[in-house]
Amino acid sequence: MKNYVIVGGGVASVAAIEGIRSVDKSGKIYLISGEKKPTYCRPLISYYLQGLTDFEKMKYRPDGFYAENNVELIFDKAESVDKDKKTVKVGDKTIKYDKLLVATGSTPFVPPFNGLNTVDKKFSFMTEDDASAIEKAVDKDSRVLIIGAGLIGLKCAESLSERVKSIAVCDLATRVLSSILDDDCAKYMQNVLEEHGVSFILGDSVSSFDKNTATLASGRTVDFDVLILAVGVRADISLVKNAGGNINRGIIVNDKMQTSIPDVYAAGDCAEGFDASINSNRVIAILPSAYMQGYTAGVNMAGGNKSLGNEFPLNAIGFYGLHSLTAGAYTGETYEEKTEKGIKRLFFDGDNLVGFILIGDINGAGIYTSLIKEKTKLTDEDKEKLKKSPTLAIFNSEIRSKKLGGVV
Amino acid sequence: MKKVYVNEKWCLGCHLCEYNCAFANSGEKNMVKALKDKEIHPRIHVEEDGKITYAVSCRHCEDPVCVKCCISGALSKKDGVVKIDKNKCVGCFTCVLVCPYGAVSPAEGHAATKCELCLENACGSPACVKGCPNKAIVYEER
Repeated sequence: MKNYVIVGGGVASVAAIEGIRSVDKSGKIYLISGEKKPTYCRPLISYYLQGLTDFEKMKYRPDGFYAENNVELIFDKAESVDKDKKTVKVGDKTIKYDKLLVATGSTPFVPPFNGLNTVDKKFSFMTEDDASAIEKAVDKDSRVLIIGAGLIGLKCAESLSERVKSIAVCDLATRVLSSILDDDCAKYMQNVLEEHGVSFILGDSVSSFDKNTATLASGRTVDFDVLILAVGVRADISLVKNAGGNINRGIIVNDKMQTSIPDVYAAGDCAEGFDASINSNRVIAILPSAYMQGYTAGVNMAGGNKSLGNEFPLNAIGFYGLHSLTAGAYTGETYEEKTEKGIKRLFFDGDNLVGFILIGDINGAGIYTSLIKEKTKLTDEDKEKLKKSPTLAIFNSEIRSKKLGGVV
Repeated sequence: MKKVYVNEKWCLGCHLCEYNCAFANSGEKNMVKALKDKEIHPRIHVEEDGKITYAVSCRHCEDPVCVKCCISGALSKKDGVVKIDKNKCVGCFTCVLVCPYGAVSPAEGHAATKCELCLENACGSPACVKGCPNKAIVYEER
């Protein structure tokens, strides 16, 4: 009977458990989690602050999940991995593994701002504990300053906008959501946030803090009561790094999610795998990738044979009911449609759809995603149909009858 | 297990499946009351391409990508049926972003919606199938 050890209690760990159990029903699984609670849905913390969910509903799997899958939970921090003895050190325990998954995720990156230590109320926005702490720290008179206009910073802004007096978001980038949107689309989303009272200071950065005042590089000063740092995250790679494994920004993995250390796998926000949209390795720190990677790792750890396949960034984000879905690369021939209700951008490279940005009308977007993933060859006629709407009409009737009339 | 399958050769493009679906999932007893002057969110939709028409609804995939990608744990597969727990769903629409059939849709409020085979509404089995005048949509084992 195999001993599986998983370090990290996020979504990739649940996926790995499900992956292992799809192959091996009996092996022993140890789950080591420093967050000391069952897996919950971290991207939902903004919805929590909005009052749209609660910590009970945010549990990722039903309560019986770990018992049903015969998983022993160890709520403690994994200190080190001994790759020769194949053990993990946790507190005063040493746990032996046959297969180890490192799914340690990422931690908020806090730049070394001058005077940050003088700020009383400062928070990251990553965990349930962060959300609880912010909830306690703000009231209707709070002036909130958020550093970082990315996905985390803006969801935080949206979630607090009804609860506080004012919100300012500052970012060195000249547009919001710079990792997933181009200029026009970013401006469109920014407008929605501004209509709800969020103000932006873009193309500027904090040079120093002094208690409740931030002085920016431009010389401008911003007074605040609560500071939220959402600059970015860093992959937590230390276990594999210290054990001598190959690392870059993340833990380097192949398409089976194996690291350079035998019998050690990595998945989720700590792992750096192949991203087809840039034809190179990078950390894709999104929940769907964490699941896919964790599941793939689990299957392979248990003796199955599964490749990750064609991975690329995907993002679903919305503010105040305006939704934006994005995928893939924004290169090649661009088709654009702008209406009062939103924006559609499709990116074609030769015969393939390689990326898209949809704002507003998002129905059927998964058809586009699937065409990118499957690298489906498209004729000019297909492209014209897809410009109108995502549709299965691009397939011939035989293929379509398999899709809609077969077991898939 | 039994699933909904479509045969486009028999589809008339009448869209009745959409109305029957919306009615079955409305909780109302009267079809007029359920549908008239309301924005409806049927869980099946008819696609048209020139003369070809066909209905599309959840395929209840063997390996459902929507379940794997769901960020709230609201989507799950049990006894072959992919279901959405609207109580857990926050309406991020990652499922809409990944369903290869375009069969999960944004609905009213803060939740996505999809076909659950009418197993838990008053209809008891797929309303789209019962109401299809040309048997272009069937509910059977394959």
